[in-house]
Amino acid sequence: MRIGVPKEVTPGERRVATTPEAVGQLVKLGFAVTVEAGAGAEASFSDEAYRAAGAEIAEDAGAVWSTADIVLKVRAPVDDEVDRMRPGQVLVAFLAPAQNARLLERLAEKRVTALAVEGIPRISRAQKLDALSSMANIAGYRAVVEAAQHFGRFFMGQITAAGKVPPAKVLVIGAGVAGLSAIGTAKGLGAIVRAFDTRPAVKEQVESMDAEFLMLDFEEEGEGVGGYAKVMSPEFIAAEMALFREQAKEVDIIVTTALIPGKPAPKLITRDMVESMKPGSVIVDLAAEQGGNCELTVPGEVIEHQGVKIIGYTDLPSRLPAQSSQMYATNLRHLLADMCPGKDGNVVVDMDDEVIRGATVVKDGTITWPPPPPKISAAPPKPAQAAAVEPAAEKKPAPRWVGPAITFGLGALALAVVGLFAPPSFMQHFTVFVLACFVGYMVIWNVTPALHTPLMSVTNAISSIIIIGALLQISSPEPAIKWSAFVAVLITAVNIAGGFAVTRRMLAMFRK
Amino acid sequence: MSNGLVTAAYIGATVLFILALGGLSHQETARRGNLYGMLGMGIALVATFLGVVTANYAILILALVVGGALGLVLARRVQMTQMPELVAILHSLVGLAAVLVGFANFMDPSTHHVGVEKTIHDVETYLGILIGAVTFSGSVVAFGKLSGKIGGKPLLLPARHWLNLGLLIVAIWLGGWFLGASESGAGVVPLVLMTIAALLFGIHMVAAIGGADMPVVISMLNSYSGWAASATGFMLENDLLIVTGALVGSSGAILSYIMCRAMNRKFLSVIAGGFGTTGGAVAAAAEQGEVRSLDPAEAAQMLADAKRVVIVPGYGMAVAQAQHAVYELTKELQSRGVDVRFAIHPVAGRMPGHMNVLLAEANVPYDIVHEMDEINDDFPHVDVSIVIGANDIVNPSAQEVPDSPIAGMPVLEVWKSRTTFVLKRSMATGYAGVENPLFFKENTFMLFGDARDTLTALIKAL
Repeated sequence: MRIGVPKEVTPGERRVATTPEAVGQLVKLGFAVTVEAGAGAEASFSDEAYRAAGAEIAEDAGAVWSTADIVLKVRAPVDDEVDRMRPGQVLVAFLAPAQNARLLERLAEKRVTALAVEGIPRISRAQKLDALSSMANIAGYRAVVEAAQHFGRFFMGQITAAGKVPPAKVLVIGAGVAGLSAIGTAKGLGAIVRAFDTRPAVKEQVESMDAEFLMLDFEEEGEGVGGYAKVMSPEFIAAEMALFREQAKEVDIIVTTALIPGKPAPKLITRDMVESMKPGSVIVDLAAEQGGNCELTVPGEVIEHQGVKIIGYTDLPSRLPAQSSQMYATNLRHLLADMCPGKDGNVVVDMDDEVIRGATVVKDGTITWPPPPPKISAAPPKPAQAAAVEPAAEKKPAPRWVGPAITFGLGALALAVVGLFAPPSFMQHFTVFVLACFVGYMVIWNVTPALHTPLMSVTNAISSIIIIGALLQISSPEPAIKWSAFVAVLITAVNIAGGFAVTRRMLAMFRK
Repeated sequence: MSNGLVTAAYIGATVLFILALGGLSHQETARRGNLYGMLGMGIALVATFLGVVTANYAILILALVVGGALGLVLARRVQMTQMPELVAILHSLVGLAAVLVGFANFMDPSTHHVGVEKTIHDVETYLGILIGAVTFSGSVVAFGKLSGKIGGKPLLLPARHWLNLGLLIVAIWLGGWFLGASESGAGVVPLVLMTIAALLFGIHMVAAIGGADMPVVISMLNSYSGWAASATGFMLENDLLIVTGALVGSSGAILSYIMCRAMNRKFLSVIAGGFGTTGGAVAAAAEQGEVRSLDPAEAAQMLADAKRVVIVPGYGMAVAQAQHAVYELTKELQSRGVDVRFAIHPVAGRMPGHMNVLLAEANVPYDIVHEMDEINDDFPHVDVSIVIGANDIVNPSAQEVPDSPIAGMPVLEVWKSRTTFVLKRSMATGYAGVENPLFFKENTFMLFGDARDTLTALIKAL
């Protein structure tokens, strides 16, 4: 089948749905690929590069739309593009099905099959397809870069001849993929980073990035289905607002990434909080497209309110076009690989596959959105309760002195028995034996585990000291004893020479 | 040579043997330790030769020369991956020698004991032969298993515990018979019968034990060979044998203990054979998720970007003879400024310290080879862990699944590193037969195929 990649037509969109690298992989899967001339220009991918990777270059969009069986796009198609579609065609793009009911209807009228990459469920198997996460990662990075652009100071603290520079303090609200990416980037620039999230589970992730996790003195689990956040109770929100109000006075930069699926973004930063911030502070609102986490955010623009800049860009991934194109193209390439089990260049829209089912919003002219809820979430929701079922009644352990007491008692008893019956000559040897056991015990514990193999071969060699026994017997006039001693000497000699020599060989190999 | 001088020489040899074992506590002193051992053995031999032997020099020297030459050839020819087999077969020789010396001593008319001394002497003879025979047949079976001449699967006879118990009772009963018969100068029949029973017991015991329990078995046989020497020493009233045997015996016992602890298993349950045969149902994990495999080129890219890499070798590395390729990779990474270290689990491989010897053979410097306890806390700071042919020793279910058969076994926490590569031939389970959730973790990538080929491809891609 032929994959078509037209140039994005949405103004300001600089990404492209495939890269030369991904084209190479798609060709390997058996697909033919057509790329519109100049499609990758804004993301620094030349037509030459696409051609070298095995794609055909089409002069205009019309040629792409009319020949392709599968169309890969970044943004949802505009009306003109939908008009160009033909029945049976497969479209893969960010379609925002929840907001675009009319687009779905139009696609259904065209009797095409459309996959919205947002619909890919968040399960571990689908991670490599998760374009939303890829874009969120980039947005988080870019958010900090934008903040740095508008922030009139260093991020990193310095002590210079011209005075001391305190490090910037960054607050990240919402530690999802974008939030964590922002934390990492801000940390990399040298800022002090704090983060807040309603899901206590992310605390560990935040702390693993060396950032501080702000805790609310409040018990409420903020994790909804599929690892996303959910709407919290009013009391919780009041407590968290108090925390933000406190932090706003202190921090220089706030990055908000709080989103709840299918709901407008929660308003977390109020006008008075903005006004309480230091002049020159920056707020980057990653939720601008869904209405913004900050009351004053204007989607798509940077505004200044009483000296505080509020960045409401909605196209952050597009501002890093080469990176986001590369990641998006890889996600799509994995998606197509999953849909093309035969590796023969033919895709199958398998509605029994949970991932494909989730993504498919229009199937052969029928709207299939919204999908049924995912069967399993990324983590089983309540693993904690299973542990509680364990039998609580454990046997009371015996007091600590019982074990040693038994050991010593038995030992003393055994020694007494031996002492009662054995002759003195045996007791002498027995003394030597017991002492030797203890010497061995003390010496062997010191042996480094790395040398356990040489230890075995050398103890093996010295246990051949049994040869002495054979030597004591070999002078016997009895032929049977003589020859049995001969064999014993022979085999222990093998052991002595072999054991020591192989130990030597091994030890010679250990080097610093 | 006077008797006193011989005894003095024996004391010297004893001290040298203790120093030999003491020397093994560090790599720096290990070679000197081995020299002490050779010196001690030399002194003991010369003293005995000059002080005790009175006739039959010709066959004695013949035996020494032939045996010594054979031993040297063996030591030179053996592959480092075959060390467990060599050690096993050498143990069997000690056991056999103990049996021979015991029988010869019993037949020797020149020893005269009466009363309790006679009984004690007979018990010593009996025990020496018993332990020697168990060591001998057990080591031979262990050798067969390790060299693949007989299958590595545990042989689980239906009533095997009863069988062992029966053999023990038979051995005690034969002992009573032997002591009674020995009073009247007979006793060969019970002695021979006991030897046969002991041989059967040794065979059965080791046959019931599976591949990955081999480190315990080898250490145990090591210990037995010591006790056999010790019992022979009692029989011959020779302190040198007693002391040396006790040293070796306790050394093997400690090694067995360390190995058991590293597998979180009771010594008795290892000896009783089988694995997971008593309770501990293998819990079928519900959603295992997907395995991500990686081709060498992608893996090489990730390695090139890593700062800290830890390599975890297992028995699979020995099977694939991949230790040299591992070192090539190490050098390649080091030349790019990557910090490469090795993490060794105590029971990795088929005998204690097996992995260390293999890595040493491939010239890996020992100061980057770390024990489990030294390195386990560092995994969160590791960029890439490379697991080569290991399975159970990196299985997170030992910590996470309370009813797993390997629950509580100390494991290397590779899953805490940023990324984990697992080099493996297939998705088969390890020795314990437990699914390994590590393979399904989000940051784990599988590199399927022969470990050596995969490593070579990695080096090439770098």
